Amino acid sequence: MTESLAIRKFSDLANPTCFLALAERVLPWLAALCCVLLAVGLFLSFTTEGDYQQGDTVRIMYIHVPAAWLSMMCYSVMALSAIGTLVWRHPLADVSHKAAAPLGAAFTLIALVTGSLWGKPMWGTWWVWDARLTSVFILFLMYLGLIALNRSMDDPSRAARVSAVLILVGFVNIPIIKFSVDWWNTLHQPASVIRLDGPTIDPEFLWPLLIMAVAFTLLFFCLHIMAMRNEIWRRRVATQRRLAARMAGRGD
Amino acid sequence: MTALLLRDLKLSIRAGGGALIGILFFLTVVAVIPFGVGPDLNLLARIGPAIVWIGALLAALLGLDRMFQTDRDDGSLDLLLMQEPPLVLTVLVKCLAHWIANVLPLVIASPLLGLFMNMNEVAIGAAMLTLFVGSPALTLIGAVGAAVAVTLPRGGLLVSILVLPLCIPVLIFGVSATYAAVEDPAPFLPPFLILTAITMFFAVLGPVGAALALRNAGD
Repeated sequence: MTESLAIRKFSDLANPTCFLALAERVLPWLAALCCVLLAVGLFLSFTTEGDYQQGDTVRIMYIHVPAAWLSMMCYSVMALSAIGTLVWRHPLADVSHKAAAPLGAAFTLIALVTGSLWGKPMWGTWWVWDARLTSVFILFLMYLGLIALNRSMDDPSRAARVSAVLILVGFVNIPIIKFSVDWWNTLHQPASVIRLDGPTIDPEFLWPLLIMAVAFTLLFFCLHIMAMRNEIWRRRVATQRRLAARMAGRGD
Repeated sequence: MTALLLRDLKLSIRAGGGALIGILFFLTVVAVIPFGVGPDLNLLARIGPAIVWIGALLAALLGLDRMFQTDRDDGSLDLLLMQEPPLVLTVLVKCLAHWIANVLPLVIASPLLGLFMNMNEVAIGAAMLTLFVGSPALTLIGAVGAAVAVTLPRGGLLVSILVLPLCIPVLIFGVSATYAAVEDPAPFLPPFLILTAITMFFAVLGPVGAALALRNAGD
């Protein structure tokens, strides 16, 4: 009984007006919570002592690690939405994975850029063809490809279904890429210089990191809901324009 | 299904099929490399397997966008979608035909290019063998990209961009198996078997994904 209720609630969201009303109610709370956590997390990450070896550069970690984590989570959200598109033909899922792709690309770019900035003082180079860096870079390229595919089709529902297929194929392939790149790396570069989060992570670093991770996750969901709302509005405007054009043509 | 295979083969080999363009492209890419890195034979021998693999990868991507697009243009794609046998099987046969017409010639041409690269006999044989086993995976992954972009007027470049990141595992294991055959300490068999596994995995996933995309794109 409860399950059928949950399903009905879920399918109610297929009506964009229901979703917009829900977003209207949830968004202020979510945004406020996100701001508070971001403030606390940033405060903590600037007031904790720097690492005795890395100095102040360790503070990059508080941006870098949550962004890298989100770049993965965003792809998972997109894959779930893609299943929603293909299996249930849920209209909101179309909007969801279209809106998530640029966000995922942005978070992946943040992770890459901050990692590069951190790598320069720590490893003495901006970029290493290390397994993790390479696979994140490939993930970034896949996001860009998905955005390009979505942009190149006029009909939004067809674009959504077709890119959902590609998202799912990519989702299956991401573990393979990760695994194979690990393998390739250990074959060619046995002595790795990578020491991403240190041998033991002190509670002093752990707390700001966790708070920042939660704050970033909330930030992602805020932006995601906002982007979905914008997409729904954009489609409404397009429909209205089309109607207006038809009416104007009839008027003449 | 045999009729479909023969029809696709004939179409791609005869004039306008573009199967020969792939070999020419492969030849050109490999011939350009020495101009870029210099004619040092030792260096060429060292990077040779990688160059042959990358050239074959790029050449295999070249004809992908035509896999379903020509069928869509003359309307036969709709017939394929409506016919009795499952679409997955049809796509698999089309992939096979595409591979035989467009990619198998690259595999056969690879020893010649290996000679250009000053590779020794073992390396040439290993490169040919790994290409033979690994290149079907490229076609099968590419089928998904081709099906996704089938309705786009200029899908060719987009297909390459979408497919290339997904092809990286094939490239990694193909090249590492080739190097493992030449350099003594690394064993040849594990990367080669993983390459085979990847090909078989995409023999299942590729046609399923491509069929799904074709059904959704062909409204």
